[in-house]
Amino acid sequence: MCTAVFYPVVRYIVPPSVPEAPTSRTVAARDGELKPNEAKIFQFGNRAGILVRMPDGEYRALSASCTHLNCTVQYRGDLRQVWCACHNGLYDLQGHNVAGPPPRPLDQYQVHVANGEIVVSKV
Amino acid sequence: MSDAAEVVRRLRGWIEERTGLSALVDFGREKTVPVHRHSVWYYMGGMSLFLFGIQVATGILLLLYYRPSAGEAFESVQFLMAKVPFGWLIRSIHSWSANLLVFVLCVHMFSAYFLKAYRKPRELTWLTGMALLLLALAFGFSGYLLPWNTLAFFATQVGTEVAGSLPLIGRFMLRLLRGGDQVTGGTLTRFYGMHVAVLPAMTTALLAAHLLLVQKHGMSVPPGVEAERRRTGEPPRSLPFLPNFLLHDAIGWCAALGALAGLAALFPWELGEKADLFAPAPAGIRPEWYFCWAFQTLKMLPGHVLGVEGELLAILGFGAGGLLWLLVPFIDRTPERGDRRTRVFTVVGWMVLAYLAVMTALVYIPVRS
Repeated sequence: MCTAVFYPVVRYIVPPSVPEAPTSRTVAARDGELKPNEAKIFQFGNRAGILVRMPDGEYRALSASCTHLNCTVQYRGDLRQVWCACHNGLYDLQGHNVAGPPPRPLDQYQVHVANGEIVVSKV
Repeated sequence: MSDAAEVVRRLRGWIEERTGLSALVDFGREKTVPVHRHSVWYYMGGMSLFLFGIQVATGILLLLYYRPSAGEAFESVQFLMAKVPFGWLIRSIHSWSANLLVFVLCVHMFSAYFLKAYRKPRELTWLTGMALLLLALAFGFSGYLLPWNTLAFFATQVGTEVAGSLPLIGRFMLRLLRGGDQVTGGTLTRFYGMHVAVLPAMTTALLAAHLLLVQKHGMSVPPGVEAERRRTGEPPRSLPFLPNFLLHDAIGWCAALGALAGLAALFPWELGEKADLFAPAPAGIRPEWYFCWAFQTLKMLPGHVLGVEGELLAILGFGAGGLLWLLVPFIDRTPERGDRRTRVFTVVGWMVLAYLAVMTALVYIPVRS
């Protein structure tokens, strides 16, 4: 009796899993949009990524979800590191967690420049 | 007797015959409140009830304009504050009153703890009170998201992620709270439902149980006061609840209403920036003051402690600590005797209070990173 009543209710309140359309590459920015030592957040599927143009002009792309508690990170030009403002976590430009509470590195993506676009793809 | 007096008398008789209300009034007249040097803490319960009433009243008014969707929530609050006459005042009073309510509930809980009001036979009063405090925090957490601004978005992101870190049930909890894998408009709708329907229903039921238990057992007299009376032979002093104690309560409520009006007028609650799901967390982000101790702990713990992830360790620590605090009436079995064992609980209480205060203060001290 209890099962008959509560099972449908519990199934109802837990949302169904909607499979995410697989996104393996996206255009993160136009070439020249970022100056050296600047960064931008871009949408990668239903998650956020961060594209950093390093001082030497090279691009790096990482997942922008902090591995601590999932806040969206930002680039700190003064530190030349990726910083999470929520709990003061720091990552280097390879995505390695170097200070603060993050337990794991950020996922790193591949970056290609083609036809004036910065294309980011999963490794 | 005049005609009007006769009508009133007959109306009262009619109501009395059908409801038996005079029994309730008689109960109120017979009820007394103990008077001693710690009596001031008895007013915290009534103050909590008053602030809860303010929350209900202003919450209903906010519902008239609020629209619970990601596309409209922020704009509806903006409209309410900018265009609706006194909209800013209603929202500010709701926000300030929520904060004062949590503060007064914390004072109420710690005073009950230090005065050992949880001791037999008031264990259930303690448990229902703790559940009400947790519900107030849940109200705060769910209500914080409703304006759909940046701070609210990240607070919800972090708070639900904390629940998602729980062993075994973490992913289930995370999806249950968020209504999916990410914080989206679906989360907002879900939090709205919890804030205006589920939590009020639970609070009403628990509040009724808590008040009934308080009426059944009366106010607890601290063991120290009881021991002193036994030693000196001084008779217990008390105050009639109706009207004396209630009038004292009413003075406090008037002061609270004045303080709320002053805070709302001088420091209107800000709305901030609309949530952007793909913007970085802003510098200086922090939760409401009553979650700051947990925020700071999570910030200070390193990624791994003895091979265990720092956040998991913190969450297990919070859970274990909270459970022990909840079960204190069943652990501290000797408060009546005033012996050394019960003093340990007093010392632990002060340590907990100091921990919460220091961790909270650290959040408000600016640290250059």
